[in-house]
Amino acid sequence: MPDQVLFAAEVMLNGLMAGVLYSLVALGFVLIFKASGIFNYAQGVMALFAALTLVGIMDGQVPFSHLINAIFGTNIHHFGWHTPALLAIILTIMVMVLFAWLVQRFIFRHLVNQEPIILFMATIGLAYFLEGVGDLMWGSDIKKLDVGIPKGMNETIESITHGAFGYGFFIDNLDIFATFVAVILVAILVCFSQYTKQGRALRAVADDHQAALSVGISLSYIWILVWSIAGFVALVAGTIWGAKSGVQFSLSLIALKALPVLMLGGFTSIPGAIIGGLIIGVGEKLFEFLVGPWIGGATENWFAYVLALLFLVFRPQGLFGEKIIERV
Amino acid sequence: MKLKLKLTSIVLGAVMATGPALADLVLPMLSYRTGAYAVNGIPFADGYNDYLTLMNERDGGVGGVKIDIRECETGYNTEKGVECYESLKGTGALIFAPLSTGITYQLIPKATVDGTNIHSMGYGRTSAKNGKVFRNVFNYPANYWDGASIAVKHIMDQEGGDLKGKKITLLYHNSGYGKEPIRTLQELAKKHGFEYKGIAVDHPGQEQKSQWLQIRQQRPDYVLMWGWGVMNQVAIQEAANVRFPMDKFIGIWWSASENDTVPAGAGAHGYKGLALHGSGTDYPLYADMQKYVVDAGLAAGAGDQVGTVLYSRGMYNAFLSVEAIKTAQKLAGVGDVNAAQVRDGMEALNITEETMAAAGLPGFAPPFSVSCENHGGPGLGMVSQWDAEAQKWSLITGLIASDMDVIQPLIDADSAAFAAEAGITPGCG
Repeated sequence: MPDQVLFAAEVMLNGLMAGVLYSLVALGFVLIFKASGIFNYAQGVMALFAALTLVGIMDGQVPFSHLINAIFGTNIHHFGWHTPALLAIILTIMVMVLFAWLVQRFIFRHLVNQEPIILFMATIGLAYFLEGVGDLMWGSDIKKLDVGIPKGMNETIESITHGAFGYGFFIDNLDIFATFVAVILVAILVCFSQYTKQGRALRAVADDHQAALSVGISLSYIWILVWSIAGFVALVAGTIWGAKSGVQFSLSLIALKALPVLMLGGFTSIPGAIIGGLIIGVGEKLFEFLVGPWIGGATENWFAYVLALLFLVFRPQGLFGEKIIERV
Repeated sequence: MKLKLKLTSIVLGAVMATGPALADLVLPMLSYRTGAYAVNGIPFADGYNDYLTLMNERDGGVGGVKIDIRECETGYNTEKGVECYESLKGTGALIFAPLSTGITYQLIPKATVDGTNIHSMGYGRTSAKNGKVFRNVFNYPANYWDGASIAVKHIMDQEGGDLKGKKITLLYHNSGYGKEPIRTLQELAKKHGFEYKGIAVDHPGQEQKSQWLQIRQQRPDYVLMWGWGVMNQVAIQEAANVRFPMDKFIGIWWSASENDTVPAGAGAHGYKGLALHGSGTDYPLYADMQKYVVDAGLAAGAGDQVGTVLYSRGMYNAFLSVEAIKTAQKLAGVGDVNAAQVRDGMEALNITEETMAAAGLPGFAPPFSVSCENHGGPGLGMVSQWDAEAQKWSLITGLIASDMDVIQPLIDADSAAFAAEAGITPGCG
């Protein structure tokens, strides 16, 4: 097989894997939008905050230590212990649930029935507030995140492809792990949504707030639930991205990678977020590989949006989004 | 009437309180402690601030005049950087340290008109080395083109002096900063017969799979990196993933700090970076830094960055500012110097071994002098290597001089273009 075909196949496979990582971020957006009609601008910062909290708890860091030291003249930074990864993950989930309750109690409860643009702006405020709180709470330094996620080239795939084609494909173990996590996560979300009482309530709220309220579903409870699930998804995304590059404030920018996925897959579809992620991942990687070298490279950021825009022109609701029909 | 007088005095008092105290030496620091690049901005800003605080606390300022440090947050955003400059230029600011090539490019025409001074230490517009055109801009002790040349010289040394047929790839941040060394590397490729290829990474550089697959497929002999922030950490991790030999991966001095290598763990072992100065706390200065700044609770940050590469760079930047002010004070015969006098001081700067030793930094960085013709200093650099087990950078070469036969014509051409564009008649005095 010609080298260029093999290279393109390798790029395509890696594009699929990268697409899964984008989907993980996009899922959080979809969950909140589906249940509340809110486009959550803070989703990227939530991933950052969840990852910061996880590392902070694992390392036994004292939250708000700089603030405490500045006020009381103390010099404390660490508790002096390390928390096992699993316990730290459970504690971080609890923090994200608390965050969901606070968001509902102090922001969105006061904005019920407001225009979508008002709710969107509230999430912009929330994003910057949360970034500031994350900074105050855990500091701005880069943190190494090690929760045992495998990294590096997968030897088996390399040796099989080398045996078959004379060229060993590179696939990152972290990407394979992320794919498994994404599959499990989507399966859990689908099962939760289809087969549990809370899931059905969540779908009812997503369909019609007023009708759901009229049959006794608590809107407040459902919103806390959905923000908690989005917080959990943010933790998964933040952990995987943080394991790649260390936990630092640029992590919040992964949201930019999710936007074209949402435009393409639709804001209301979980399978859309996955398929959209895969199309964007493969599309941008192949474009960079085939066309990038001719036009100076660094095409991925903008090409993902061009691709999404093309889909948007022909299918405004996205590939899997629900078509909005308003009867007069 | 009484009320009016009272109000006027309150307003005047408030205005005076926000302005600089009389006879203070105002040193602005355009820093970024927030945003995507805060991880690198914080240690640099801490080092810069702490050195100036040490001068105030231990020596009572410079030449008996206290330093007024004005830190302004830019978030590594060019527009915010320009806003910081505009808000600080009227405060009697002596030297601006923009800590961003993008901001530096925007400030150069303004500084030329406003008569303010810019010191872009190891970054910014490379041709600012030509002081006959860039009268108020200094980029000593080395610039990006020096960096590119030093890296190629090191590679030549590794390859027994012959680069014919070798492939060198530049992985660069797709910005003004990242693109700076391209022209120099193209010229060096012509001179030494190696094959040059550039691969761009878009801001912020969180996802680099395509770039590293290209590198894996093209199999260059060496990869140079001009990265910043998360781009560095991801690149080093990806290089380890594709098993690129780390001792053939060399970063510019902005891609060679602990922040860049620690997240990749053992995979980063052997990665190389250029260095303008030493790092670590094995210098006499740190005893005073601990006593007068950290222990006194006056450190700019948590005090946990002391001795790191970027902290050392911020401190070195502040040291050079202080030495320029001392030189200006000597030349002017007064302590309370202004920006024009400090410009003369920067141009007459002479850093000797004795100067470094007297500051408690013996052997920290090479001696050099500045002149009207040369605002860029000697263009010397070293190569350091990361030891993942010891978690530290170690210098592995002595000082390497850049290839001025290649660089000088590029500087002359670029500065002449700026002079023509800005209507500047080049000259000294």
